[in-house]
Amino acid sequence: MDELCTGLCKFMVESGADAGLAQFASLLVGVLLVSGVPLLTVIILIWVERKVAARIQDRIGPNRVGPLGLMQTFADLLKLLGKEDITPTSADRVLYNAAPLVSFASVVLIWVVVPFTPFHFGVDLEIGALYFVAIASLGTLAIMTAGWASNNKYALLGAFRVVALLVSYEVPLVFALLAPVMLAGSMSMLDIVNAQTGMWFVVLSPLAFVIFYISSQAETGRAPFDLIEAESELVAGFNIEYSGMKFGMFFAAEFLHVFTNGILMALLFFGGWMGPLYYESPLIAFAWLGLKGTIIYLTTLWLRNTVPRLRIDQIMAFNWKFLVPLSIANLILLSAALKILQELGIAPRDMLSAGFVDVLPTTIIMLLINLVMVAYLLGILRRHGQEFRRASQANQRTLAQAASGAGD
Amino acid sequence: MELNAVTIGFFVFTILTLGGGLGVVTTRNLFQGTIWLMVSLFGVAGYFVLLSAPFLAAVQVLVYIGAIAILITFAVMLTRSVTRINERYIRTIPSFVASLALFLVLLFGITVPIFGDYPSEMAPTVVMTTRDLGVALVEGNGYVAPFLLASVLLTAAMIGAIFIARDEDS
Amino acid sequence: MVPLWMYLAVAAALFCIGVFGVLSRRNAVAILMGVELMLNAVNINLVAFWRYSETATPLLLNGYAFTAFVLIIAAAEAAVGLAIIITVYRNRRSVIPEEADTLKG
Repeated sequence: MDELCTGLCKFMVESGADAGLAQFASLLVGVLLVSGVPLLTVIILIWVERKVAARIQDRIGPNRVGPLGLMQTFADLLKLLGKEDITPTSADRVLYNAAPLVSFASVVLIWVVVPFTPFHFGVDLEIGALYFVAIASLGTLAIMTAGWASNNKYALLGAFRVVALLVSYEVPLVFALLAPVMLAGSMSMLDIVNAQTGMWFVVLSPLAFVIFYISSQAETGRAPFDLIEAESELVAGFNIEYSGMKFGMFFAAEFLHVFTNGILMALLFFGGWMGPLYYESPLIAFAWLGLKGTIIYLTTLWLRNTVPRLRIDQIMAFNWKFLVPLSIANLILLSAALKILQELGIAPRDMLSAGFVDVLPTTIIMLLINLVMVAYLLGILRRHGQEFRRASQANQRTLAQAASGAGD
Repeated sequence: MELNAVTIGFFVFTILTLGGGLGVVTTRNLFQGTIWLMVSLFGVAGYFVLLSAPFLAAVQVLVYIGAIAILITFAVMLTRSVTRINERYIRTIPSFVASLALFLVLLFGITVPIFGDYPSEMAPTVVMTTRDLGVALVEGNGYVAPFLLASVLLTAAMIGAIFIARDEDS
Repeated sequence: MVPLWMYLAVAAALFCIGVFGVLSRRNAVAILMGVELMLNAVNINLVAFWRYSETATPLLLNGYAFTAFVLIIAAAEAAVGLAIIITVYRNRRSVIPEEADTLKG
């Protein structure tokens, strides 16, 4: 993006514009480009989401407006814009109106550090991975503010539950994120992608990917973690008082967040733009990234539409008793194994310049370690499941006895 | 002082930091106070960026806005019923006079160079990466002892907080 | 370039705002917020001094590392402090520090 900006700046100065103005204008164009990509994606995403959900539920989905219903989103947008914009009289006006903006901005700002191709990115921050975690935490704040400012008990209850969920699942998310950071030896997104030239990190650390996948699904508030909505219990959750375009912004933020997570996972674990012929043209590289991100995104939609919702205590217990210990153990094992392999001279010291052959022995050992961990975990889960079933059977037996005793 | 990106940034962050700080201490509504606190801390994160410490800026946003502010909002709501979180002030005038006096003393100390002149320019050759900080934190002659102590402190604080706040009935 | 004294002045102002908050509030949570402001004022000072000192090299990052430690302490302080506030509230239905005086002789 940088060269585009400088190129444009040069062109404007040559054609007689003020230098400062030219710089400002070209920076503005860069900003608009980076933020425009996610904004345009949202429009397609809403259509994709509805179509996929419909197919899974054996329906057709939107098919009236435009070919294949492609224009449906624009119709919805017009409807949302035309709706009355309600602010409850007892609401905290400023915070109530600011919350949707912060919510949407927290997602769009993540795209600043997303490298689309090896040469096109907003900025290559040295702390890219940390930046996106920090920015995503602004979304939590937006939900809390929305819940409180609505001055509605359902909104506040919903916000409380969501914030508890988001704060809890941030822990395994960050621990899992540390795996690619450690493997690449850098927090810059560009370096992380380039370090996967030899081998994708999903092969080196599949457990970290699974943890990241689950916790980012929770961070977006999608099923099976859709406490954010929980229509049957909380009416609509934290956004109950919102209408019109403000509701639309929360909605768009959620949709975009899901896709952003897909792209992030593609970058962190699936080699980003790496793929056959990616070095030929930036377009091919961009297509690879988009393809990988979309596939991951579609699996999250699949998960959303097939898995039932969990209760809040189940979600919390799963996080603190299973996911957090697992992510810590995974991180310790990964770092220890990596260090030992590096000292033995098996693993390359610098992943950035390592080819496929250099990484191969490390990959095999890492995969074995992960397999052992997964086998152990499945054993634990199996034992836990058996105990749970036994307890519930015993419980049912006592209930049945009590019932027959009462019947006599 | 010429007008460039750094100076404009400095003024914007000053407005955010001091405005947010004033908001914290003047608003009667504690939830709004928390939001102002976040605005202020966001401004401080901006200063860290200007002072070429982007890692600290990201950590500032993550720790303060992502964790501490959320904790404070929870505490505000758990300790007061939601509709009554307006607060009273005490000793307003004495505390105002005291803090103003402190500020004047500090400002006097800052602007009058008692201990020699301040450098007005940043040190030119600071090429510090996050890797350097990481190395310094675990190196023998660096900060390895405070780093380990800090991790012990965090663990102790976590266990302590859970233990203190636990409901004794359950 | 912004001279060092401006950073120090802003930090001093923020510190004094924090002092005012601590002195004039009755609610323990509000006092804690004032303390957070004061801690941040100190952080600005630490980083600014580090950045403007002539020995600011990758090997000498006192201010940088100190700020990281202050952040850790602030997180620990907030967690324990809020836990104490919630417990006191549960026992005495009050978040005003002066009223938590059962240990007074």
